[in-house]
Amino acid sequence: MKIGVLALHGAFIEHIHLLESIGIEAVKIRLPEDLDGVSGLIIPGGESTTMRKLTARWGMREPILGLAAKGAPILGTCAGMIVVASEIADGDEPVFPMIDVTVRRNAFGRQLDSFETELSMPVVGDTPIHAIFIRAPIIERVGPGVETLASLPDGRVVAVRQRNVIAISFHPELAGETRIHRLIATMAADFSEPGEGTVVARTEPGIRRDASPGASRGRSE
Amino acid sequence: MTAETSTWATKKGLAQMLKGGVIMDVMNVEQARIAEEAGATSVMALERVPAMIRAEGGVARMAKPSLIKQIIQAVSIPVMAKCRIGHFAEAQILQELGVDYIDESEVLTPADEAHHVDKHAFKVPFVCGCRDLGEALRRISECAAMIRTKGEAGTGDIVEAVRHIRTLMAEIRRLGAMREDELFVAAKELGAPYDLVKQVHDDGRLPVVNFVAGGIAIPADAALAMQLGAEGVFVGSGIFKSENPARTAEAIVQATLHYDNPKIIAEVSKGLGAPMRGIAAASVPEPERLAVRGW
Repeated sequence: MKIGVLALHGAFIEHIHLLESIGIEAVKIRLPEDLDGVSGLIIPGGESTTMRKLTARWGMREPILGLAAKGAPILGTCAGMIVVASEIADGDEPVFPMIDVTVRRNAFGRQLDSFETELSMPVVGDTPIHAIFIRAPIIERVGPGVETLASLPDGRVVAVRQRNVIAISFHPELAGETRIHRLIATMAADFSEPGEGTVVARTEPGIRRDASPGASRGRSE
Repeated sequence: MTAETSTWATKKGLAQMLKGGVIMDVMNVEQARIAEEAGATSVMALERVPAMIRAEGGVARMAKPSLIKQIIQAVSIPVMAKCRIGHFAEAQILQELGVDYIDESEVLTPADEAHHVDKHAFKVPFVCGCRDLGEALRRISECAAMIRTKGEAGTGDIVEAVRHIRTLMAEIRRLGAMREDELFVAAKELGAPYDLVKQVHDDGRLPVVNFVAGGIAIPADAALAMQLGAEGVFVGSGIFKSENPARTAEAIVQATLHYDNPKIIAEVSKGLGAPMRGIAAASVPEPERLAVRGW
């Protein structure tokens, strides 16, 4: 099983290193044919306007939407969250709409407002996530069928999930935080070997056995 | 649950988001929009591109606040601006204006011939130029959160950029091959702090993102820089001194992304019109060379 990382620009190598650190094969995705045989896709941080341009130029739109429609897990981080949102608040057209949320770009301000904090995200366990927000977007509207995975203390939503698609505002790949990638790997294992069942997948290599009980909550739907 | 702004992780993290991309010099709102539309990951707001500074002479200073503000309002990608080497008052003003990165740049006329800006004192991150590893690590010790090799700005000649990225990468490889007990002397010879030298030895790379700048004029130049180890490129005069800036900008973006795919680079290099004419870096008289500024 291998997971693709959209490698047009931005922090893609960090995601690849993180996946490799938990024993998952990762491949760079630059052209449509690179998607052959991947069981999941990570869309990294970067500039969403640049990604929009570059994916359009090389015909990436349909193949990526098709992968999501087949049920492969998709993780969008920061700019990746903007890319997967069904609506962008400043009026731009959506890029790869696959999760029913409205996202606002640069929601915290400019680089001077970038920050780090501890964030509760029960779906990956009781230990808070160390979350790094860089010119980050937020979710302004959560559609029906979309689950909120994490919010800031003031209530602003920064992590969501709808079926196989997860979108987060922050950068686990910059903090060495592997739990979200482990969750994606579990989902990818389920996707690539249907019928094996999630109970088996949860205890496969690459998934920490010592994950707290909360780690399975998000998959109980 | 407290939030902490302007941390080292957020400063160098923004540069990580720009990797694999192109940062373009722009002189007005229209050019900033062309750059964004072409797929630039960031723009550098300045009043004169290096080729003009070179041609016109005079003292080159930071851009006017009104210009920087206009460009910040015109685009959604990060906006950078340059301050003179050592001119921390210009840097304070740029921070106040809300730029996303400050380039303490040898392209502008240096304000201090001994000291660079103490970048630890700022909340905004800095990018600085270097010609070799020692210079890069001195800047990082001052809290530069991103490095670019200098090249020779405003020439459209890639030769100095190649020299600098080759030197930097070779020195990194050399450190990696050393015994740990040799690193103390290496630090002395590089003129760089031991801790950073040790970190480069252990990691086999700089602790921050490194781009190539100074002389990129056509897509092939960007591909060359990337293949030599750049993590992205700055293009100054090469875009808006070319015959067709919009197409040249887009082609350089594509070549930076697909730097190892000559088929694609050949395709995007067609029909761009004339590149900037440029001047051979070797013909630039010693006092007019920009790369030697910085200490």
